[in-house]
Amino acid sequence: MKLDEIQKRLLREIADLHTVPEGAYNIRSNSQMAGRRSTANIEITSKTDVSGMDIRIAPFTKNESVHIPVVLTQTGLKEVVYNDFFVGEGADVLIVAGCGIDNCGNQDAQHDGIHRFYVGKNAHVKYVEKHYGSGEGTGKRILNPGTEVYQEEGSLVEMEMVQIKGVDDTVRTTTAELKAGAKLLVRERLMTHGQQRAISTYVVNLNGAGATADVVSRSVARDDSYQKFDAKIVGNAPCSGHTECDSIIMDNGRILAVPGLEANDLDAALVHEAAIGKIAGEQLTKLMTLGLTEAEAEEQIINGFLQ
Amino acid sequence: MLKLENVSFQVAEERGDKEIIRGVSLTVPENKLVVITGPNGGGKSTLARLIAGIETPTEGRIYFKGEDITDLGITDRARRGIAYAFQTPVRFKGIRVKDLIRIASGKQLSTAGACAYLSAVGMCARDYIDREVNASLSGGELKRIEIATVLARGAALSVFDEPEAGIDLWSFQNLIEVFENMRKTIQNSSILIISHQERILNIADEIVVLKDGKVEAQGPREQVLPRVMGTPSAVSECHMISRKGGIDA
Ligand SMILES: Nc1ncnc2c1ncn2[C@@H]1O[C@H](COP(=O)(O)OP(=O)(O)OP(=O)(O)O)[C@@H](O)[C@H]1O
Ligand SMILES: [Mg+2]
Repeated sequence: MKLDEIQKRLLREIADLHTVPEGAYNIRSNSQMAGRRSTANIEITSKTDVSGMDIRIAPFTKNESVHIPVVLTQTGLKEVVYNDFFVGEGADVLIVAGCGIDNCGNQDAQHDGIHRFYVGKNAHVKYVEKHYGSGEGTGKRILNPGTEVYQEEGSLVEMEMVQIKGVDDTVRTTTAELKAGAKLLVRERLMTHGQQRAISTYVVNLNGAGATADVVSRSVARDDSYQKFDAKIVGNAPCSGHTECDSIIMDNGRILAVPGLEANDLDAALVHEAAIGKIAGEQLTKLMTLGLTEAEAEEQIINGFLQ
Repeated sequence: MLKLENVSFQVAEERGDKEIIRGVSLTVPENKLVVITGPNGGGKSTLARLIAGIETPTEGRIYFKGEDITDLGITDRARRGIAYAFQTPVRFKGIRVKDLIRIASGKQLSTAGACAYLSAVGMCARDYIDREVNASLSGGELKRIEIATVLARGAALSVFDEPEAGIDLWSFQNLIEVFENMRKTIQNSSILIISHQERILNIADEIVVLKDGKVEAQGPREQVLPRVMGTPSAVSECHMISRKGGIDA
């Protein structure tokens, strides 16, 4: 596998990868496949009609992982990629995705990854996605992830999404359809700087009895950045749903939180919580009495908050 | 160690200025344990905040180890050796107990090292060290963690604002031992405790009574204690229990 130093650094940032990962993987670098491995239970094939892959995980596959990191280091490159995951009944897998862009040119670099998950009965998927940008160029680093989740009865999907640094523009759209007894847990952590803009939209449909969803976002908007968190949970059956948006604003940062709950069944129990505010003065004071400067205290509070 | 010279503090309110601390002068000598007591609203916490640099006096000077620190900020005072356990501990989302103790110690502390401070305040360290310092902790637990962070600082001057509040009676003796231990282990250190508790007043070298923002009495324990006993500033535990039980003491 041929990767230069910048590409290797991006891989470390988004996937903690220092060498090739264990298990199945596909590494995409500047729109080319830089390496791929299928295993006995996990088959990765390229799509023929559009750019992207099909990832098929055999039923009852246990304790296996799939890594599909993407790195972009070419200014002006724009790509749309479709990845479909077919997770067989009763499988239990870890999927690590993520995209790192290093743009040192003056043209925008953009990756739009559309991920679809078809999660079989009683399967368990843990999905981790990290976004990261670097590079001194004036060209923007743009990431627009689209995620669609289709969960069969009794399945569990845990999604952890992190975007802390360097991405100028993001529109994230996540939709999910849950059948009876299925459970979706989303943990999103976001920090925006400078003139960055991030928009995150969720629509979760709880269609079967006993379906549950918990969508939690913790975010920090600094400088002149802007964020919008728009989470809607629709209860179409006896179900329970909870969304939470907990945000810190700093400098001239702006955040719009849009709570959305729709109950179409008498036994749908839906809750939304949203809190936006600056760092509490007494938190800064406390850490300063422990010997930190105001800036150090701020950093500790933000780091903890985004843990 | 610490000297307050004619310190006043006033805040602007709608109906004119309000003077909370009025011309307070007091000294905390080296290697001594001084207890400040007095009625609610007397200005004790405000005085502690002035010492820690959270508030700046409108008049008067504050000296620490001979240096005029009146114009220094919170961080500078902390780094010179002033530690302060708040009356109402602050909660943090995401910051764990061990992070806080580590920050307080100012060095790379092992988990075992951090645990030692929790054990010192009578907490089972293993159960708490990885917990977040957030709303899930009880009032008494937070209060003990607050005391543990001040222990971890190992500061020349440690200020505790009502450390006994919310601590159960069975742990009370333990708390007394914590203070006595501190005096032994930190070289050339002093302790300033704000308290209403008789048993804490009993271990004081000196007692200051603060009322309406003014020092009403100060001096060695033997002199001051007899004067405050029986007043609301010294509530014995038995009183507290019998009150709770509804029986008059
Ligand atoms: N920033 C402020 N603005 C207005 N009033 C204040 C301010 N800070 C304190 N006070 C008032 O000053 C007085 C002294 O408050 P302080 O908290 O120092 O009392 P205390 O002696 O610690 O009382 P307690 O025993 O109840 O803890 C109180 O009447 C309080 O309401
Ligand atoms: Mg007080």
